[in-house]
Amino acid sequence: MFDYYNLEPVLMWIHSTMCGLMPEWLAFTIEGIAVGIFIMVMYAVLAIILIYMERKVCAAFQCRIGPDRVGGRGGLLQVPADVIKILTKEIISLKNSDKFLYALAPFLVIMASILTFSCLPWNKGGEILHMNIGIFFVLAASSIGVLGILLAGWSSNSKYTLIGAVRSGAMIISYELSIGLSVLTMVILCGTMDIQEIVAYQENGWNIFKGHLPALMAFVIYLIAGNAEANRAPFDLAEAEQELTAGYHTEYSGMHFGFFYLAEYLNLFITAGIAVTLFLGGWMPLHIAGLEGFNTIMDYIPGVIWFVGKTFFVVFLLMWIRWTFPRLRIDQVLILEWKYLMPLSLLVLVIMTVMKVFGLVF
Amino acid sequence: MFSLFEIAFYAVALCIIVFSVLAVTTSSILRSATYLLFVLLGTGGIYAILGYTFLSAVQLMVYAGGIIVLYVFSILLTRSSGTMKYKIRRGKMISVLLTTLVGMALVMFILATNGFALNIIPQGVELPVEKIGNALIGTEKYQFVLPFEVMSVLLLACMIGAIMIARKRN
Repeated sequence: MFDYYNLEPVLMWIHSTMCGLMPEWLAFTIEGIAVGIFIMVMYAVLAIILIYMERKVCAAFQCRIGPDRVGGRGGLLQVPADVIKILTKEIISLKNSDKFLYALAPFLVIMASILTFSCLPWNKGGEILHMNIGIFFVLAASSIGVLGILLAGWSSNSKYTLIGAVRSGAMIISYELSIGLSVLTMVILCGTMDIQEIVAYQENGWNIFKGHLPALMAFVIYLIAGNAEANRAPFDLAEAEQELTAGYHTEYSGMHFGFFYLAEYLNLFITAGIAVTLFLGGWMPLHIAGLEGFNTIMDYIPGVIWFVGKTFFVVFLLMWIRWTFPRLRIDQVLILEWKYLMPLSLLVLVIMTVMKVFGLVF
Repeated sequence: MFSLFEIAFYAVALCIIVFSVLAVTTSSILRSATYLLFVLLGTGGIYAILGYTFLSAVQLMVYAGGIIVLYVFSILLTRSSGTMKYKIRRGKMISVLLTTLVGMALVMFILATNGFALNIIPQGVELPVEKIGNALIGTEKYQFVLPFEVMSVLLLACMIGAIMIARKRN
């Protein structure tokens, strides 16, 4: 039904042609490098788009115009100009700090981010890392990022960074529970951990409709916890400007800081992308039962457009939350997680299991 | 000529060896934890090469994302001098070397008598999750519901104990 835009035959054809021209190991190596470059380029381009979007959305919420000078009325070249500026900045090295860990920390953060990024299902047959435990791997890989934050905070040898890192670590470890439980809820609904199969399960209705009440609750829990995982307001106390200058990346400059910044925005995109995969049907088009003509037109839109469109919608939701709510204190953040969110997500998990067993979901 | 699997295996194995040596020879405790992280990531990589992606993700989640984070956290929260430069006496050094050699000889002996398990595991095939799940909570032969439940009771006891120790007295 959705086979017009299936990427798998094309990719298999490219692979077999390359294997015909050269030995298999060389083909694998070249493909690996090409995929790596593709990930890097997508990463950079998406970061630029997201930063521009954040500035415009923020401006709209604060009744301002936002960037409008560089690159025409829309300020379209503002972010590329900032990128070039940050690339030319000096990378400062600190006295009395652990140089190796200081240099390593941003790479740990970006590694976790890229590993999860490559699990996103862009299209049918368009997933870079495909395994039958996909969604579990996403959770596992994203848990490395907090280590980079902790190391960055410690190795900078400054009290602001250390406080920021410990706050962020405590918060991320706590909220990983809620994320894990809400993902597990959807794994129970779909009966698989394979990301492509989770999307395929939603062929005749997105999970948020299929799982109705518990799925909706899991979606809200996921969005709250995902916001905390990405270290964004109202959970941005790790880098609360008024108290901690910039939190764990206070002492970083140039592209080292840029890596943290990139990872923050891409983690936002990844959080939204996984939310779309689990709840909003991934690359599946919107179908309304009974409207055959409408459904056929929707089928003609490629999956990748659906996926990116829905993801940007969820990104907008997260930005809306960010620019609406004030920042929480660290004890409030931890109380919210341990006393309300985690018991609630356990309850949702039980409800979903019962409904699945008794066939109360669609 | 090596196959791609073999090249990947040797690269990961080399990483594990280098970082495990670094983890015990470095003088900074936090660096040691970081090198240990790379060793555990490498172990996860070996599981992934074997096609046991579930265990690989568990390795990432439990060890890299859980235990190492706890280590780093406790190092950050406790006041440690940061360096671990100790003078080691010669007698201790010799006994350590002897123990290492005996351990190595034992491992070599077991490997030489039993051989590698290379042909038992199908290469490049992922183990399905359903199989693992059934093995974990099944009650038949080669299924492990009792150890699984005993383990969860143990963990619960650990958590209650930790809360008892850490809670405020009033």
